[in-house]
Amino acid sequence: MRAFAELLDRLSLTSSRNAKLTMVRDYLRDTPDPDRGWALAALTGDLSFDAAKPAFIRKAVEARMDPQLFWWSYDYVGDLAEAVSLVWPARPGANREPELSEVIEALRTASRGEVQTLIEGWLDAMREPRERWALLKLMTGALRVGMTARLAKRAAAEMGGVDPAEIEELWHALEAPYEDLFAWLEGRSEKPTAEHPARFRPVMLAQAIDEAVDFAKLDPGAYAAEWKWDGIRVQAAHEGGVRRLYTRTGDDISRTFPDVLDALEDEAVIDGELLVIRDGQVAPFADLQQRLNRKTVDAKLMAAFPAAIRAYDILQIGPEDTRSLPFAERRRRLEAFVAKESSPRIDLSPVQPFETWADLAGLRATPPPGDPQIAEGLMLKRWDSEYIAGRPKGPWFKWKRDPFLVDAVLMYAQRGHGKRSSYYSDYTFGVWTQDPAGQRLLTPVGKAYFGFTDEELLQIDKFVRDNTVERFGPVRSVRAEPHHGLVFEVAFEGLQRSARHKSGVAMRFPRINRIRWDKPAGEADELEALERLLTQMEGR
Amino acid sequence: MIRPQDLLCPKAEGLYCAPGDFYIDPVRPVERAVITHGHADHARAGHGAVLATPETLDIMGERYGLDFARSKQAAAYGEAVDRDAVQVTLVPAGHVLGSAQAVVRWKGLTMVVSGDYKRRRDPTCPPFEPVTCDVFISEATFALPVFRHPDDKDEIARLLRSVAQFPERSHIVGAYALGKAQRIIRLLREAGWDRTIYVHGALERLNALYTRHGIDLGPLAPATTAKKADFAGQVIVAPPSALQDRWSRRFPEPVAAFASGWMQIRARAKQRGVELPLVISDHADWDELTATVDELRPGELWITHGREEALARWASLHDIPARALALVGYEDDEEE
Repeated sequence: MRAFAELLDRLSLTSSRNAKLTMVRDYLRDTPDPDRGWALAALTGDLSFDAAKPAFIRKAVEARMDPQLFWWSYDYVGDLAEAVSLVWPARPGANREPELSEVIEALRTASRGEVQTLIEGWLDAMREPRERWALLKLMTGALRVGMTARLAKRAAAEMGGVDPAEIEELWHALEAPYEDLFAWLEGRSEKPTAEHPARFRPVMLAQAIDEAVDFAKLDPGAYAAEWKWDGIRVQAAHEGGVRRLYTRTGDDISRTFPDVLDALEDEAVIDGELLVIRDGQVAPFADLQQRLNRKTVDAKLMAAFPAAIRAYDILQIGPEDTRSLPFAERRRRLEAFVAKESSPRIDLSPVQPFETWADLAGLRATPPPGDPQIAEGLMLKRWDSEYIAGRPKGPWFKWKRDPFLVDAVLMYAQRGHGKRSSYYSDYTFGVWTQDPAGQRLLTPVGKAYFGFTDEELLQIDKFVRDNTVERFGPVRSVRAEPHHGLVFEVAFEGLQRSARHKSGVAMRFPRINRIRWDKPAGEADELEALERLLTQMEGR
Repeated sequence: MIRPQDLLCPKAEGLYCAPGDFYIDPVRPVERAVITHGHADHARAGHGAVLATPETLDIMGERYGLDFARSKQAAAYGEAVDRDAVQVTLVPAGHVLGSAQAVVRWKGLTMVVSGDYKRRRDPTCPPFEPVTCDVFISEATFALPVFRHPDDKDEIARLLRSVAQFPERSHIVGAYALGKAQRIIRLLREAGWDRTIYVHGALERLNALYTRHGIDLGPLAPATTAKKADFAGQVIVAPPSALQDRWSRRFPEPVAAFASGWMQIRARAKQRGVELPLVISDHADWDELTATVDELRPGELWITHGREEALARWASLHDIPARALALVGYEDDEEE
């Protein structure tokens, strides 16, 4: 338990992805079974317990110490689990410190009453607050240490020197504590079998096209073009009587979208975009957000935000794995399959005919009326491409629409994390608007922390330090007046209305496109320009 | 009947002893001062006469120049010195080099002003010596039950594990220039780290002073001499403010470590961008504070700077009369 506690502690304070990978990889390498397997399950979010509710812990601590002193402590720390972990009066020797596997097995199987007694006993036995903190985190199921399931699996792959896609494909066939997985990763046994109905298949991803280089080498006749839809990529599987819906990273979101899975009547695995589609028309991404990140849905929500899959590939039909067929053949079968399902919840992403790259460039610049107007751009897929997990170079490309651009003024700068912690690298920028008295002022419209070079970061950092007006902890407000300020050309993918932002608009994927050292701040854009753009997008 | 407040009472300048006409750790220049230790919030320049341990006088001279006071009197640990009718004895406090409790005796009344103290072993100074007294005046920097400092050996072991795990990065340990920095260096040496430790320029003079007082810090070098890549796998010790300063850019992907009792609180570590918090403090934690009061069982407990209310509450639950002294001017932070 102590090693796991130290791992969680370090992960929670580390921002570097590489450092996290190293920490998890080393932990998995150095920790014996079954502890490491349970740790991996905790990190990938594959564990959940409901035997222990956090409320009891407060009563338990108040029975052990003066409630007034506890209240001051809790008030000072601000977080219940952390406060309890710090104030808990240890009774070393009272008990034996538990192994991680012991804790997890008990949390999984014991009744609520039993679990509470066990937890109190473990808290008594643990020597360090860090361990008690880790135990309480585990108990509530929310680790929140900035680790994604994908990254945790990647660390396991690194530990065994295998391709992460192999683990992704196996994942849903495996069960914690994954002793068969580690045996294979350490070369002690064969690869575990992935045969598991409706398992997740690792997805094939596209490279971003480099217009200047790639088109000259590519034959337009060898590629199919489709619109790139602005939803989330999903995989819907119906196999052996089991239906599952996965995100492109393999997260199971079946429970959130039962309506979509119901529509997949025949056994197959399809790859497509999850969208809200009303009367055959794609709704803005904000509508889809109403459905995402919910554990359960009701009929009302499903009726108000009807989700659907716009299918673009098929990986399995009945018992047949179609991934090694060429895309042209898969596409033919997909079309037949979607026609057979005949449901408004599953439609087909149309192939967009074109002759030359110039034709296609024209389509991308001025998409035809209807859904393509809010597409993110185009996808190019070689007609002869097999479905290969990962991001192979060449068979598939994405060609995003040119981003929207706005000139905005730097208003606040915040220190970055990790190796950027000595730099002001996170920027809040604003555009001009007018207060009721007609006075011109800036209103924040977004935040960005990339898009600039290291050299530019140094220059912006210097600007921030030289032009600080006020400091609030790690944030500085920067001089931003019509005749004195720094203008960023900000690129973004889309706009949506937002009640959370004072300006009423929120940008999607904003980043710094260019630094306009030359441009007077007073000539940056007005909020009106963004509002016009928003109206345009909505009124498509 | 002699009342304790006739011997010592709080004033704007600090704790004042009327029968001896001197202040203890005054925050403003006064005619006569007794200084418990060299941290800047306790030891200020500009007093008339100063009584302190020889180490503390040395530290003040190093920081403020030799003319920091009109006259200086050194009192070794345990040596009784008279100030008018009052006898003052300086006794080890275990806080930093030269740190002392001021034991003040007058007409059969004994009061102990602890200054800042801790009860754990510190390889850079002698341990705290409990003195039986009528009134114990305790600091309360970490007087909340959330502050439970772990074993410093374990913290140093975590640092060294991180150094081994990330050989391509450098580790910068933020540590206060007086006391903490030298203790960290000594603890590293005891843990077997015998490589050169690189130090920020702000630590150099105090490191040299500690060495003169017989604390062996091993091979040190200024953190400016090597090329960036040469700092990979090295440990650098710097004042905490340098962690986020542009100064830290000279090192390869530095891991920011910070040795302080405040690092017990995760939000504090996050706020400062600290990746590797080392809970190592020169102040007593909750258990040390309460154990000390329990051990001494003074007739009265007076509590100065920090979280007075929690320690007062604890004392009242244990039938020890306690009162909070509102002394202003001492840093709530360990920071300087």
